[in-house]
Amino acid sequence: MLDPSQYFTIPFDTWVNDFVRGFLVPNFRPFFRALQVPVNQVLMALDTFLAWVPMLAMTAIFALLAWRIVGKSMALVTIFGFLFVDLIGLWPDTMTTLAMILTSVIFCTILGVPVGILVARSDTTWKIVRPILDVMQTVPSFVYLVPIVMLFGVGMAPGIIATIIFALPPIIRMTNLGIRNVRTDLIEASEAFGATYSQTLFEVQLPLAMRTIMAGLNQTLMLAMSMVVIAALIGAGGLGQVVNTGLGRLDVGGATAGGLGIVVLAIVLDRITQGLVEPSDPNRMTFRQALGTLFSGQKRPPIKQESGSRAAFKGSPIP
Amino acid sequence: MTVKLTAKNVSKLFNDDSGEGARRLAAGESKEEIFKATGVTVGIDDVSFEVQEGEIFVIMGLSGSGKSTIVRTLNGLIPPTSGSIVIDDVDVASCSKEALRNVRRQKITMVFQHFALFPHKTIIDNVAFGLKLKGVDKDERHKQALASLAKVGLDAYANSYPSQLSGGMQQRVGLARGLANDPEILLMDEPFGALDPLIRREMQDELIVLQKELKKTIVFITHDLNEAMILGDRIAIMKDGAFVQVGTAQEIVSDPADDYVRAFVSDIDRSRVFKVSDISNDAAWVKVDATARDALGVMDKAKSDLAYVVERGVPVGLLMRSDALQCPRNTPVREVMFAEPPTISEEAFLNEVYGAAQGGVPMAVTDDDGKLVGVVSQDDIFEQLAADEEEPEAPTEETDEQKQKPAANQPASE
Repeated sequence: MLDPSQYFTIPFDTWVNDFVRGFLVPNFRPFFRALQVPVNQVLMALDTFLAWVPMLAMTAIFALLAWRIVGKSMALVTIFGFLFVDLIGLWPDTMTTLAMILTSVIFCTILGVPVGILVARSDTTWKIVRPILDVMQTVPSFVYLVPIVMLFGVGMAPGIIATIIFALPPIIRMTNLGIRNVRTDLIEASEAFGATYSQTLFEVQLPLAMRTIMAGLNQTLMLAMSMVVIAALIGAGGLGQVVNTGLGRLDVGGATAGGLGIVVLAIVLDRITQGLVEPSDPNRMTFRQALGTLFSGQKRPPIKQESGSRAAFKGSPIP
Repeated sequence: MTVKLTAKNVSKLFNDDSGEGARRLAAGESKEEIFKATGVTVGIDDVSFEVQEGEIFVIMGLSGSGKSTIVRTLNGLIPPTSGSIVIDDVDVASCSKEALRNVRRQKITMVFQHFALFPHKTIIDNVAFGLKLKGVDKDERHKQALASLAKVGLDAYANSYPSQLSGGMQQRVGLARGLANDPEILLMDEPFGALDPLIRREMQDELIVLQKELKKTIVFITHDLNEAMILGDRIAIMKDGAFVQVGTAQEIVSDPADDYVRAFVSDIDRSRVFKVSDISNDAAWVKVDATARDALGVMDKAKSDLAYVVERGVPVGLLMRSDALQCPRNTPVREVMFAEPPTISEEAFLNEVYGAAQGGVPMAVTDDDGKLVGVVSQDDIFEQLAADEEEPEAPTEETDEQKQKPAANQPASE
C-alpha cells in the first residue's frame, strides 16, 4: 500500500543499457580494445617467460628470495609448496596465474605510484581522488565484471583489467600516505639545500616512503590474488579456471586442488613482499638491497657497526 | 665589516588570505585582537636587522615568539608576507624560484633542531647532499664531504647511518652538512636544543672554536639566553614576533630594554657574559729601571697602593706601597718587587679567572701580546657579579662609567 514503486518506477536498468549499448560501446569500442594491447603484450611476454623457465629453477629462485628476505623456514615452505603444486599437476596453471598477477601488479604500480605522488602533493587532488578510490574498493568485485565484459569482451586481458581496477586503490593510498608521512623537517632540509621538487621527491620522499609503498604493493598483490577466481569467470585462465571448472562439474577434488594452488602462491608472494615491508632488524633492508644481497654472501647489507662510539666521540680531534 | 644580510620590515602573517590581518596590524591592533577577530596568526611583526659578515647573530626568544619563522624567511622556506631580505643584492623574499634555489645552493645553508639527517643515507652522503643537488660528481663531493666531516671530527663515521650515532654526533653531522657547501651564511635553528646539557656545552665550545677558523656569518636561533650570551656577537631578543632589544651580551645584561628582558637577564650567569676587559681598571706602572721614589710618585698620582713594574710593556713585577716605603728611596724597583705577578688575559671571561683571583693579589690584565693594559682585583670581580642582584640600578651606571673611560692607561703603546 505505502510503497511508492506501486505508482512510479525509475527504469534505471534501461538507462544504463541505453548508455552502455547505445553510446559507450558503438563509440568507444576501438578505444577500449586499444587499451588491452599493452596489457596483452606484457601478459604474453611474462606468460611465455614463466612457462619457459623450468619448474625447479623457478622454485630455486623463489626459495632463494624467501630465504634472503624472510628466513630459512619460509624458503622450506616455498620449496615444499611449489613441489606439491607441481606434483598435483597444476604447475602450468600456477605460472599462468603468476603471470596474470604480475601483469596486474606491474600496471597497478605504473599507474598507482605516480597517482599517489600526485595526490600527495596537493590536497585538492586528494579530495577528488579519494572518493573514487572508496568507490573502487566498495564495489563488489563481481560487479566490475559487468561493464568490463561489455566494454572489453571476454578473455585474459579483460580479466586482468578488472583485476587492475580492483587492486589499484591500496598502492595509491599507501604511496600518498608514505609521502605525506615523510618528516617535514627532512623536506625542509632538502629544500634548504636548494633541491628542486623532483630532487626532493627522488632523493628524500620516495626512498623514505618506500616501505609504505611496499606495504601498498603487498596489499595490491593480495587483492589481485583474490580476483583470480572471479576474473576466471570472464575467461581469464590459470588456477581460477581450474577452480571454476571444478565447481561447474561438481568436481570437488579438482576445485580443491586449484584452490590449494592459489593458497600456496598467495602465501609465498605475501610473505616475500611483507618481508620487504617489515624486516626484523632496525637496519632494514630495502628491496634493492635484498636484490643486491641475493647473490652475495651476506644476509644483511654491510653496515659497519662502531662499538664504543661514545668514547670515540669524547676523544674526537677537533681542529 | 660589511653587511652580509639585511632584513627590512619583515612581517609574516599566517592564514591571512584577504589581507585583513595586515590592515589591522598596520592599524596597531595587538596579536591577540587580530587573531580573535580574523583568525590570522601574526608570526613576525615588522622586524628589521642587519647581520655583519663573520659575526654570530643570535635570535633569542621563547617558543611561539616567531624565532623559527624568522630564520626560515631568511632562506625562503617561509616566504614573508611583506618586507625584504637581501643577501648580496638578491632579495630572497621576492626573487624567482630559480634565483632562490641558487642562493640556497651557493650562499646559505641551515642546521636543524632535530638534526634532519636523512635516515636512508650514510653519513657521508648526508654531508654531500647539498653538493649532490648542485651536480658535483661523486668523487669530488665525497672528498669535500669528508673534509667537512673531518672539521667536526667525525670522518671515521663516514659510512655509518645516522641512527647509529648519538645525538651530539648527529648534530655534528648536521653542522658538517651545512659547512660542506662552503656557504657564506649558516642558519642554525636551535641546533643544540635537542641535546643534553653536557653535550650542549661541548658543542657550544666547539662551535666557537670552529667559528674562529671559519669566520662564517651565522644566524643562530635559541631559547636559551645563556647560550645566546656565550655564542652571540650580537643578540636579538624576540617576543611576540618582534625584536625587543638588539645588542651585545654585555649591553643586554647591563642595560635591559624592558622588564621582559630584565626577567631573563636576572637568571644569567654573569661570569660568562662579562670579560676581564669589562671590569679592568687603570693600572699604575713604572719601568723596570725606575727607583722606589719614582714608583711612589706614580702610586700617589694614581691614588693606588701598588704599581706594576713593566719591561717593554710586559708586567714583570708588582711593587706594594709598603715595600717601597721601607727601602731607601733610590733603590731600583727591581730589588723590592714581587717577581712574576699573576696575570690574566683581557679576553678571558670572569668565570675563567676565579682561580687566579684566589691569590688575593690584584691581577695584571694583559692583551694578546702579553702587555699590561690594566688591573683587576678580586673585589672588582665580585662587584660585577653581584651588581645586578643587590642594586638593580647600580650596574647600569657602573658599566656606563666604565665604557666612557678607556679601560687602561696603555703602557704598552709606548
